[in-house]
Amino acid sequence: MTLFVLCFLLFLVGLYGVITRRNIIKIVLGICIMEYSMNLFLVLVGYVHDGVAPIITKGSERATFVDPLPQAMVITVIVIGLATTAMLLAIAIRLYRKHGTFDIREINTLKG
Amino acid sequence: MEYIIGVLLILMIAGSIYTLHAGDLLSAIVSYGIVGFGLVIIFLFLKAPDLAIVQLVVEIITLIIMIAVIRNSSKEDLQESATIKVEGVQYVNLKQLLYFSGAVVLALGLMYYFYQSVSGLDVFGEHEMRMSQVYVEQGAELTGSANLVTGVLLDFRAYDTLGEATILITAVVGILTILRIKGRK
Amino acid sequence: MQSDKGMTIIVKKMTQVLVGIIVLFGVYIITYGHLTPGGGFAGGTIIAGAFILLVLAYGDDIMHLRVTKEGSSKLENLAIFMFLLFAIPGLFMIPSVFFRNYLPLGTVGELLSAGVIPLFNIFIGIEVAAALFTIFLAFVILKEEDK
Repeated sequence: MTLFVLCFLLFLVGLYGVITRRNIIKIVLGICIMEYSMNLFLVLVGYVHDGVAPIITKGSERATFVDPLPQAMVITVIVIGLATTAMLLAIAIRLYRKHGTFDIREINTLKG
Repeated sequence: MEYIIGVLLILMIAGSIYTLHAGDLLSAIVSYGIVGFGLVIIFLFLKAPDLAIVQLVVEIITLIIMIAVIRNSSKEDLQESATIKVEGVQYVNLKQLLYFSGAVVLALGLMYYFYQSVSGLDVFGEHEMRMSQVYVEQGAELTGSANLVTGVLLDFRAYDTLGEATILITAVVGILTILRIKGRK
Repeated sequence: MQSDKGMTIIVKKMTQVLVGIIVLFGVYIITYGHLTPGGGFAGGTIIAGAFILLVLAYGDDIMHLRVTKEGSSKLENLAIFMFLLFAIPGLFMIPSVFFRNYLPLGTVGELLSAGVIPLFNIFIGIEVAAALFTIFLAFVILKEEDK
């Protein structure tokens, strides 16, 4: 139970970074921290005490396995997270080339 | 087992708080590595070796791309001052305090609702596998693979893998369009 | 091998030794993906990492990069097309299900087993490696087109 609460605390740190920071790179880092915390939460739900990794070997017919379904989902989510971060950074580069700064309070004109 | 993961999580929270408050952008990106690599160790403790390999290499590539982004642009951060000086007397910056207290109130409210909804889940470690019972018991005969995660990912749930490949292609096309990469004449 | 671009001579020599080993390790993780931990995604990212190391150590003009940018995104599209091509014959069999495992399943634990899963692993590995390498090239090497 405390592990779930700590995981959500990591999510809240990321959310705090998105809300209160001025620099756009810090906002992107906050979004990435939120993604990592949710991946960790999914794998934490599927853990079984004294379980082994879900791979069948010669001597593991009687063993209890950890849940393989959240692990399969999280593998794809990690790679998708990289693609999403790369797109956010591409948008940040375009904003820098047009306005010359990373400050979001000065990039508030929608024209041009 | 819980204590080790708890200590690592507290280290990751401290690292992420420093990342968002660093004065220099380069040190923010380097200390973002604490969160990523701590996650690799936690995945190994949770008996998920596939995830550890993927998370390790993806974290390294993310750090490389971020350093490439800030290489040609400004590296220093924009300081938020906590106090402002008016006519020689220091006042507290009220707007800053308002944002910070708003964030704290939102965090407490979200934590209360999260606590209410998580107390209905199983206790950590006594997970009752309802959907995965068939996958674990008959996965080897139905798919023929010894690695159950690969069997789930490419035989029982192959649509999700197809969707993930589609997302990767869309992201690559999107990045090449946003950055207006020159093609061959 | 002296040239002005890229890193120093020590890094270049070490890269020459290490890149082959990293690519071999990635290919091992992809092909044994149905027996040991790993699979298509892990091996694909490792191979992308090997190519990124090559470009970082040798600078801009290795592999004639204008040609390679076109080549790597075409390779990615070709790999996903082959992935779909192997999944469609499942529709024409009985019972007709998309993505059905129709090659013979051998005994569990052999290298040649598990039907179409090793083939899918290889194509997913090529696709992920090409996508991550194209993303890296778009950020680091390639230039914006003129207005």
